Amino acid sequence: MKKRKFDYGPYLYLLPAFIIIFVFRLIPIVLSFIVSFFEWTVTGAGAFIGLENYAIMIKDHEFWQSLLNTFYLVIFVVPVSLFLSLLFAVLLNSIKALKSFFRSVYFVPTVTSLVAISIVWKIIFNQQTGLANFALEKIGLEPLGWLAESRGIFQLIFANFGIDLPSWAGGPSLALFSIIIMTIWKGLGYNTIIYLAGLQSIPISYYEAADIDGAGKIKQFFKLTWHLISPTTFYVLMMTTITTFQVFSQIYLMTGPPVGGPLGTTKVIVYFLFDKGFGESNNLSYASAIALVLFVIILSLTLLQKRLEKKVHY
Amino acid sequence: MNAGKIITYFLLILCGLVMVIPFFWMLTTSVKSQLEVNKGNVGFSPVEEYDVYREDGKEYYITVVKEVGDSSYVHLFNEEMKMIRSYAKVANQNIHHEKKFKLHWENFSNAFVKVPFGRYFLNTIFVSCSVVLGVMITGSLAAYAFATMKFKGQNFLFYLFISMMMVPQPVYLIPSYVLLNHLGWVDTYYALIIPWIANIFTIFLLRQQFKTIPRDLFDAAEIDGCGRFRILWKIVLPLSKSVISTAAIFGFIGSWNSFMWPLIMTDSPKLRVLQVGLSYFSQEASTQTSLLMAASTFSILPLVVLFLIAQKQIIASFASSGLKE
Repeated sequence: MKKRKFDYGPYLYLLPAFIIIFVFRLIPIVLSFIVSFFEWTVTGAGAFIGLENYAIMIKDHEFWQSLLNTFYLVIFVVPVSLFLSLLFAVLLNSIKALKSFFRSVYFVPTVTSLVAISIVWKIIFNQQTGLANFALEKIGLEPLGWLAESRGIFQLIFANFGIDLPSWAGGPSLALFSIIIMTIWKGLGYNTIIYLAGLQSIPISYYEAADIDGAGKIKQFFKLTWHLISPTTFYVLMMTTITTFQVFSQIYLMTGPPVGGPLGTTKVIVYFLFDKGFGESNNLSYASAIALVLFVIILSLTLLQKRLEKKVHY
Repeated sequence: MNAGKIITYFLLILCGLVMVIPFFWMLTTSVKSQLEVNKGNVGFSPVEEYDVYREDGKEYYITVVKEVGDSSYVHLFNEEMKMIRSYAKVANQNIHHEKKFKLHWENFSNAFVKVPFGRYFLNTIFVSCSVVLGVMITGSLAAYAFATMKFKGQNFLFYLFISMMMVPQPVYLIPSYVLLNHLGWVDTYYALIIPWIANIFTIFLLRQQFKTIPRDLFDAAEIDGCGRFRILWKIVLPLSKSVISTAAIFGFIGSWNSFMWPLIMTDSPKLRVLQVGLSYFSQEASTQTSLLMAASTFSILPLVVLFLIAQKQIIASFASSGLKE
């Protein structure tokens, strides 16, 4: 037998993908640290400024506001989306006729572009010519300001009962809430499909056993389905959280002018970093620091959820 | 049918309506005249209400501004609802209120030529196809190595790739811009294509598929004198057709819909892809609701058609993104 030579083959096959991933993923991540430590505009690197960007960020009111808005978005979108998509999936899984038809209908928003959809929803929420106010009018309610309303939704609700909430307790502005509605709508189809795939992977024999034991459908759901579906729930939870943290297009297209309005109540973290990096100030260095903070937040949430998942799993 | 089934179907139909109504409204608004929209006729019905002024067998669309005695001051419009005269005094007896069923398909052609949407479509098709082709080539080569070969650092490289997949796009956006700027690629097709011609998810998906192919087939082929590349080309790829098309569709949709990257990496109008062009159009024509709806409609049409043709595969491809190892 011949002595084996070192086999270069596998590396040659990996090379094209590796070059792209190395140059356009790995290098940028390292570079983002470097950029955030220097003064940096489109023309290139400037003086070393160390952690100054991070110090500025802590004192930056705009940063905290966009972080708060992003948290509002996540806190409203994630649970509602999870609940509705699980409900849809359970309903879909319980029928035979028209199942794939409904599945497709729910899925259309997922394949359509966020840009076109944002434009449509912006007009839906238009105060004068929008469908939202048209519908409110038809059922005899007062029209709302939607994307132009900077007051918080809790503030608006309590105002109906004559209670004047302070603005810090007002919750997300109605403008941000409009974005929340649209974001839930857009992501629902995908989550439903994932849940449906999870439900279909549960062996039928489990339910047959539960039937023999005389457990009702609702009891079966809470005692059986809910536990068996928990890996899917964690996946959907993680993905929805991560994507909601990165919301950008709907803010860019639906709000303003100026984008992020009214009164900055719809400014989210990714728009904030986009604005800092490519807006008037063109401060790529600061934008890079914001991106890294976003990364740390997303990473720690992911790790936290992973940890919870390990604890909950059976 | 029992009560539970009825409630189930009721809920499903209700939710289905919520999902579909924005699209339906987009369609109905896209064939309305802007005048009608501005008048506050924003429901789903395409029936239009006009005041028409008739004289000597000729017909003009009008809006009444002010009535004076038995005549009125009116705005006169032509067929396309463009104002041709701002004031004209006409006799009230010649004014008729009419309801007409009219679809303004011209909104589509008007929107299409208002900004060069043709160019945007071509750019998007070129970029998306190049990206998918690249992703397929780099992806199948890398997946083939991961799935069928043993080499030093295999696990390390695989987990490095997987961990790169976890990094959200906004994080590497700024440094990518810095890097592409340094390469002189900002505002070129390179910036839109090259960074995207390797996709970690595709590698992952193809690797899973390649692993299912029995090793005996490879051994038999090797004995017949087939080299590695021939095995990939003649055996592995033909056996993986469905997963490959799944990955291709997935990549195509992603590339077609990507917005933030091309928005930042390109500047000149001739490089605009559809999503960026549409976004600029929405700023330019922000008050022209029906044109915006028409533009939105034709820009989502290709993907909706693709979806209708390949529903099963598309849904399966998105569902597979939720699979765990």
